[in-house]
Amino acid sequence: MKDELIKAWFIALKDLRAYYFKPPTISWGILFPLVFALAFLLRNPQGVKDLAPGLIAMSLIFGTTSMSTASIMFERRIGSFERLILAPVTMWGVALGKVLGGVIFGLLVSVVMIPVAVLFFKASLINPAVLVLAVLLSSFLFSAFGCFLTLIIKGEVDAMTLANAARLPMIFLSGIFIPLVSFPLGLQIVACGLPLTYGVEALRYAFLGSVDLIPPLPALGAMLGGGIFFLWASQKALQRRRKNP
Amino acid sequence: MKQAIEVHSLTRRYDDLVAVNHIHFSVQEGEIFGFLGPNGAGKTTTVRMLSGLITPTEGEARLLGFDLRTQTKKVKAHIGVVQDISNLYPDLTCYYNLIFSAQMYGVPKGERGKRALGLLERFDLLEKKEKKFLTLSRGMKRKLTIACALIHHPPLLFLDEPTLGLDVRAVRMMHRLIKEVNQEGVTVFLTTHQIAEAGKLCDRIAIINKGKILALDTVQGIRNRASAQPSIRVSFDRNEGLSPELSALPSVAGVRTQRDHFHLSAGNLPLALTEITKFAEGKGLIITSLHTEEPSLEEAFVQLTGIKAEKMK
Repeated sequence: MKDELIKAWFIALKDLRAYYFKPPTISWGILFPLVFALAFLLRNPQGVKDLAPGLIAMSLIFGTTSMSTASIMFERRIGSFERLILAPVTMWGVALGKVLGGVIFGLLVSVVMIPVAVLFFKASLINPAVLVLAVLLSSFLFSAFGCFLTLIIKGEVDAMTLANAARLPMIFLSGIFIPLVSFPLGLQIVACGLPLTYGVEALRYAFLGSVDLIPPLPALGAMLGGGIFFLWASQKALQRRRKNP
Repeated sequence: MKQAIEVHSLTRRYDDLVAVNHIHFSVQEGEIFGFLGPNGAGKTTTVRMLSGLITPTEGEARLLGFDLRTQTKKVKAHIGVVQDISNLYPDLTCYYNLIFSAQMYGVPKGERGKRALGLLERFDLLEKKEKKFLTLSRGMKRKLTIACALIHHPPLLFLDEPTLGLDVRAVRMMHRLIKEVNQEGVTVFLTTHQIAEAGKLCDRIAIINKGKILALDTVQGIRNRASAQPSIRVSFDRNEGLSPELSALPSVAGVRTQRDHFHLSAGNLPLALTEITKFAEGKGLIITSLHTEEPSLEEAFVQLTGIKAEKMK
């Protein structure tokens, strides 16, 4: 167990060294959410305070999934991903390493985005403990989600395209711009199935002290559970690849 | 002698395609074992199974005494694998690529730097230490990939087409390295589609085609197994139109005309030499060159597999 955790940590550090400045990570992970936030700030400087939690969550999902997706996609393309499978580490260790790289990148993104939210969006922090947990668990869930999406793809389909197909609709269905309570019941059920919703709800509680649908504890619990599920599904996808490459 | 690899009925299917079909072989500790076959024969699939990259559909294998199915992690920890492409991390430096390999293979922290520098020096890459992998030449990339596979001192090394795409100089250097590594006690499992490479490097060779092993023996043993006849390479001062007459000589089994000489298969070598000399005298020809040749590994390979040697180049 300890050996697996250490090797997962080495994989994460290697990914950060190698892919930190890769174009997909920078453009989709940092520039896209920043431009999005700027667009809203310019359109309505007074009304953006309520958007701050959603924009932080959006930055996290784009940052973490871009990192985990880009690292796997790039390594599969050049064949170096197989080096990890050849190494004496279980598929759990490989998946955790890839997820961990995304988590660390997510935390770095949050170090940029939270001050932006506080300084430019005038968001005030109400519950720092929930903020810390929300950022950590959101990064874990989103990174594991990105890892899973990339690993289930076979063939030459661009994983970033698939990631965007999943991420972009989430922006509009997770309560970032439109409150979940104003959704019809069907869409509220759909929203509850989206990872981003839980991050937005937990961050909303941390900054605004209120939620749309999901209270903070269930939201944090769902993110932890979801992250573990996608991590498990990722290692399963890796094992399946060994059987049916 | 102990077995480094024991394989029984190993099989790999991809849907309807049987890539490796119930193969059996063993590799002795300390030898260079060659897996020779054309592209698509099942060489790489075998290496991928034995290195734990893919799971076998059927069959058993033990590597260094560890069961491939139940002790996969132990197998992986004790082997080094160089795949058919140089697949290190392009944006990382040569040094960090080695360090990362050391980390993944559990080399103690205090040892990693020392071993990395030692390998860089040994493989003549010390001055490239801080250069990114992507900036290296093809030969250097290959060398660093092998160095990474050796960082944890594996007793068994898999080399999948180690000289693929290298120029003549780099191929020679690679052959020297493989011999050196082997002399230090590392068992080498080498796959290649180059007959000359297998003949030059390997102690024993398994010839594989369409997923099945057709022959397994020493290089000399494989030559002897084939019923190839000795041959004579001869040229005269005038070669035009001689082929039918040479074919008619009683001891000559076949004639191949090449650019400036004839390649004769001889059932009885001394008799054929006498007949050729008499033939030249009778026709007033001067023999400008005459060589006798044992059946080559290439000829034996062609006989055993039915594959034209040109397909292997």
